[in-house]
Amino acid sequence: MQAVLSDDQVQFKQVVHRFFDTHSSTTAVRQLAETETGFDPLVWSQLSETLGLPGTHLSEQYGGHGFGPVELGIILEEMGRTLYCGPFFSSAVMAGYALELFADEAAKIQRLPQIADGSIRATLILDDLNQPSQVGRLIEANQVGALTGSAPIVLDGCSADVFIIVAREDSGLGLYALAANAQGVEVLAQESIDMTRKVARVSLHQSAGTRIGTVTQKALNRFWDLVSVALAHEMIGGAARLLDETVEYTKGRYQFGRPIGSFQALKHRCADLLMSLEFAKAATHHAGFCLAASDQETVYPSMAKAMAADCFMDMARAAIQLRGGIGFTWENDTHLWFKRAKCDEVLLGAPHRHRARMIDILQETQHVA
Amino acid sequence: MSHDWISAELGAFLDAEFSPDLSLVEWRRRLVSAGWAAPAWPAAYFGRDFSQAEALVVSQIFAERRIVGAAQVGPRRLAAETILAHGTPEQKQRYLPKILTGEHAWCQLFSEPGSGSDLAGASTRADRKTDHWLINGQKVWNTSAHHADFGILVARSNWDLPKHQGLSYFLIDMRQPGVEVRPLKQMNGHASFNEVFLTDARVPLDDLVGDEGQGWAVATTTLSIERQGFARGRSQGAPAAASAGRVYEELARELEIDNEPYTWYPQREGRPDLILQRAQETGAIENDAVRQEIAKLFCLTEAARISAGQVSAHQKSGGQGMLPAGSIGKLGASVIARKAAHVHTMISGASAMLSGPHSAVDGIIAETLISVPAISIAGGTDEIQRNIIAERVLGMPKEQRMDTGPFRDIPRNGH
Repeated sequence: MQAVLSDDQVQFKQVVHRFFDTHSSTTAVRQLAETETGFDPLVWSQLSETLGLPGTHLSEQYGGHGFGPVELGIILEEMGRTLYCGPFFSSAVMAGYALELFADEAAKIQRLPQIADGSIRATLILDDLNQPSQVGRLIEANQVGALTGSAPIVLDGCSADVFIIVAREDSGLGLYALAANAQGVEVLAQESIDMTRKVARVSLHQSAGTRIGTVTQKALNRFWDLVSVALAHEMIGGAARLLDETVEYTKGRYQFGRPIGSFQALKHRCADLLMSLEFAKAATHHAGFCLAASDQETVYPSMAKAMAADCFMDMARAAIQLRGGIGFTWENDTHLWFKRAKCDEVLLGAPHRHRARMIDILQETQHVA
Repeated sequence: MSHDWISAELGAFLDAEFSPDLSLVEWRRRLVSAGWAAPAWPAAYFGRDFSQAEALVVSQIFAERRIVGAAQVGPRRLAAETILAHGTPEQKQRYLPKILTGEHAWCQLFSEPGSGSDLAGASTRADRKTDHWLINGQKVWNTSAHHADFGILVARSNWDLPKHQGLSYFLIDMRQPGVEVRPLKQMNGHASFNEVFLTDARVPLDDLVGDEGQGWAVATTTLSIERQGFARGRSQGAPAAASAGRVYEELARELEIDNEPYTWYPQREGRPDLILQRAQETGAIENDAVRQEIAKLFCLTEAARISAGQVSAHQKSGGQGMLPAGSIGKLGASVIARKAAHVHTMISGASAMLSGPHSAVDGIIAETLISVPAISIAGGTDEIQRNIIAERVLGMPKEQRMDTGPFRDIPRNGH
């Protein structure tokens, strides 16, 4: 199995790095945070058409580029670093992976190419974003595919063209597609702590969905691992940026006649943060390599999500603390990352849930062995 | 040198010279004179100028054929590599062969009661007399000093220079009246280290290593070898130790003495390897709070393992760039050890009070609980590691120094 990035992957990272440095400055992030849809259609079409990013991890036969979780991780790490605002995670990652894993062949042929080329923005509706075993409690599909129920948190729900929906059926879970402007759909923008990722409540009243697949628990677990590791990459990207900028701040800020970064209290805290970041990065990259190598269930995706979340949040707390009062102001950029860290921490399962899952898997694999 | 050439050459030597009925010293003398005891050393000094990769082939052949190699364990390696790097030709001729044969044991005399983390603040005196150096002072944390024949010693030869410039590096005969070695009992009951009292001890002028005042530079070599050893882990004794024959019996005795100070070292690392088994045996695995803590520990141990593997893969692929591997790894080991002790305590509950051979895992758990404080001190405290990470990796500004100028004017313990 891979242990470090290949030369091609390093080159790809450099390209993506430059793109988001240019197109996702904090000025742009702040402007988009104030809008309702929260993204810039021009940047979206550039990253879709010029770089082809939304199709990176999707299969070639469905219009994707046929790369995997490692290359997707590279993109998300750069997005987390620059706090990219746009429907990449909701459409390419969540809806894209859901179609790859759950949809029938015909639906994949029909829908994935549009997601891969960015011409359609989809989002996935799960009625619970805490753990796979709780999905399917609130949205119900009747025998003719009419969907009823409500999902309290849908990423980019206000700007999506299409909803991909996991709904409860008489026996098991089905996958449905529904146009955002269909009858009986009510989309209500929700205020989120994180203004850089828009969320909505989506309520469905006898809406006529198209059934496009079946969702097994096993596939849902695999889906959860893939999206969790993608999100972990976003988090370590954000955490690394915060550490860089915080350390720079301590070198330039003078109190008591010396840079505050020369005080051991701050040095030691930064050293601990670097260790936590190195460990979270190691875990996240390893999880990506594992997912790329095999579809065997391992502890590593949950380990990555738990570690990256704790690391990002610790880093965000420290980034504010080490700046003192200025770090708590709206004008200073630090809170933008703090808020992303808080929302990423709980999205797709807070760390304690992933740790619980790790032990479940450890015990299972021990019994097998 | 190709693998086949080494294999043929060494094979012929071993066929002709090795016998399990030789004495350990006699066998190693043959190894030394043929250059197989330390093949990576210069051909002029008992080696064969082999690369590290070639030397690895040699040790693999030794392991496969269950052949006893040169004496390795303990501080003797530190002495050997330092003498090799900085010693005079006479010092190399005189000391290196008997280190390789195991005839001479060595110890390291660096730390002092008054200078621990601040090693360069050593205040043991070295006064130059007409035909010798006179040594006075106290050293501490001296592993294996109680059966050492010689010591590598850092002492202050000039008190008017700044502290790093006034040190000199010596080779000292431990078997003399001015040297007194006392075992130092630790909080876990073991006595792996000693205190060494030096009272008018003598060092011949020839046994200065490097020039007078160069002691810190020479000591840096020793310390970097020591750190590599930390990273590599300690020799657990050759597989050959189990075989029959005089050479193997004598090796087993040597290893028993050499390894004795290190028997509790696995326990200071917290024994995370025993956690899952203990949690299942005791039923603590069913408790949600315990499960969370086990998972946190597992995250740390796995991330440390993966991270180390990624660093070595990066280096193997010729990767550049500073990777903060050493100090982060050491700090990580401390965090893991503390966490593991915490989880062992949760799992054991009240029975964590018990120690001794009748307590959990033959006393290993109890020994773990009272040994982990060592790991965040030995080989550089956690606090020093954090300084290194902050200053050398993150580039944070150094603290203002209070120890510049002549050493005699620097405030120090008891002055």
